[in-house]
Amino acid sequence: MHLTRDEEDVLAGESGAVKQKAMEILVALGNIYNAERLIPIESAQIAGVSYKTIGEAGLEYLTDLSGKVVVPTMLNPMGMDRYKWRQMGIDETFVERQLAIIRRYELLGIDAQCTCTPYYVNAPRAGAHLSWAESSAVSYANSVLGARTNREGGPSALAAALVGKTPYYGYHRDENRVPDISVRIDFPLAGSDFGALGYVVGKMVRSQVPQFSFVAPPNADELKALGAAMAASGSVALFFANEQAKPREILEIDRSDVDIYSSSEPEVIVLGCPHCSRSELAEIARLLEGRTTVRPLWICTSRFVADRSGSVISRIEASGARVICDTCMIVSPAFEKRRMMVNSGKALEYGPSLCNSHTFIGTTANCITAACTA
Amino acid sequence: MNLHSNGVAMLKRIKGRIIAQGIGEGPAVVTRQPLSFLGGVDPKQGVITDPHHELRGTSIVGTVLAFPQGKGSTVGSYVLYQLKRNDKAPAAIINALSETIVAVGAIISNIPLIDKLELDPIAAIKPGSHVLVNCIEGFVEVEK
Repeated sequence: MHLTRDEEDVLAGESGAVKQKAMEILVALGNIYNAERLIPIESAQIAGVSYKTIGEAGLEYLTDLSGKVVVPTMLNPMGMDRYKWRQMGIDETFVERQLAIIRRYELLGIDAQCTCTPYYVNAPRAGAHLSWAESSAVSYANSVLGARTNREGGPSALAAALVGKTPYYGYHRDENRVPDISVRIDFPLAGSDFGALGYVVGKMVRSQVPQFSFVAPPNADELKALGAAMAASGSVALFFANEQAKPREILEIDRSDVDIYSSSEPEVIVLGCPHCSRSELAEIARLLEGRTTVRPLWICTSRFVADRSGSVISRIEASGARVICDTCMIVSPAFEKRRMMVNSGKALEYGPSLCNSHTFIGTTANCITAACTA
Repeated sequence: MNLHSNGVAMLKRIKGRIIAQGIGEGPAVVTRQPLSFLGGVDPKQGVITDPHHELRGTSIVGTVLAFPQGKGSTVGSYVLYQLKRNDKAPAAIINALSETIVAVGAIISNIPLIDKLELDPIAAIKPGSHVLVNCIEGFVEVEK
């Protein structure tokens, strides 16, 4: 890989040991994936934040790091709401370790907004190069916003944030941003159907780039749900919806393929995977109007969106439901070993493997009804 | 057999690509199965714990660990770092073709890592034999 003189200097240790290691990581990845050079990035987003996920291993690594990130950098969700952890039943040892992780990230100059939807806080422009790690945000940035990022791991996104660059390969390059397979849907879909569809299609297309044709164009929330599910059940990092040139290989999806809804009795209902947008919160508030929950209903969003949705959150919480920030059902220990109902294809994929929870999916309306029905 | 006390020219050099710099040597642990460090290796003991792995129960401490590539969570990189801090890391790693998890883990932990050898390392290296990994010049030295 070709390095500029400045990059060579960083690699030689002239900007300190931490940036040197970070540069070694970027160069190694560039060599592995045949990148010819590094390119500047406009932002980074780092996964591996919950103590449940990275544990002592990650905390030890972060504790030994120093220096500052050089591009705007945000974090993935952590294991608890920063303020409502008692309500969530999180034990104090976990809280202490979790806050230590957040402190380490803050010392590196990282904005400790913990969300899988960083694009609601600060949307990248089309064409911007990024190093993002959260797989659903990668899919959204690439597919909905037209920005460019590979699916980074936590440590590689951190290295990119410290150097401000990433190797030029994969989805940064035009030639890799083309569809591999057409997915034809000739029946109408709405809302959480897109999460169910993504769950099914991700398993079929794995890491290919699918191009969808829909009866009607999905909205941004629906595209978010679709991409998040495909990134979890497969490893899709880029998809297209309703464009002209279609790949020859065609996948036909029938309505029955997507009907994976189940209504067995949940112990807990959790919405907001990925974190709710303002419009999704408004929809949940509308569905909860005049009703009272009889089972625990938790709704996950970012603190940024919550801070701008005060009246909607009051309406939601009047039902007995709880809105939590900074965290989600998958990375928090609060939702382990439960019978969990979700409206998300991504949470459906990860609930069993990462929470040891029997997980099933319903539409948003069915989730609300389940929460309000004895 | 210890190649360095033996003195006879029974060593074979195989060139490869340097991923993480350094030099390490030790007895070889070899597998054809990919390895997940998060959940698959105990960072306190340096033992493979993945119940589905053919090397379950095997110690990797001080070994030259040869496997095709990593798999699973990218937190696996931090597990390699933790192994090193606990003095339970392998002396060096040989991959068929490195991927992000093991590459990043080896770099942040100062564990020499080489891949793309001229010969299939899994076939060329006898389990238990002494192996040297030179990630300054880019070769491994194995018993013939």
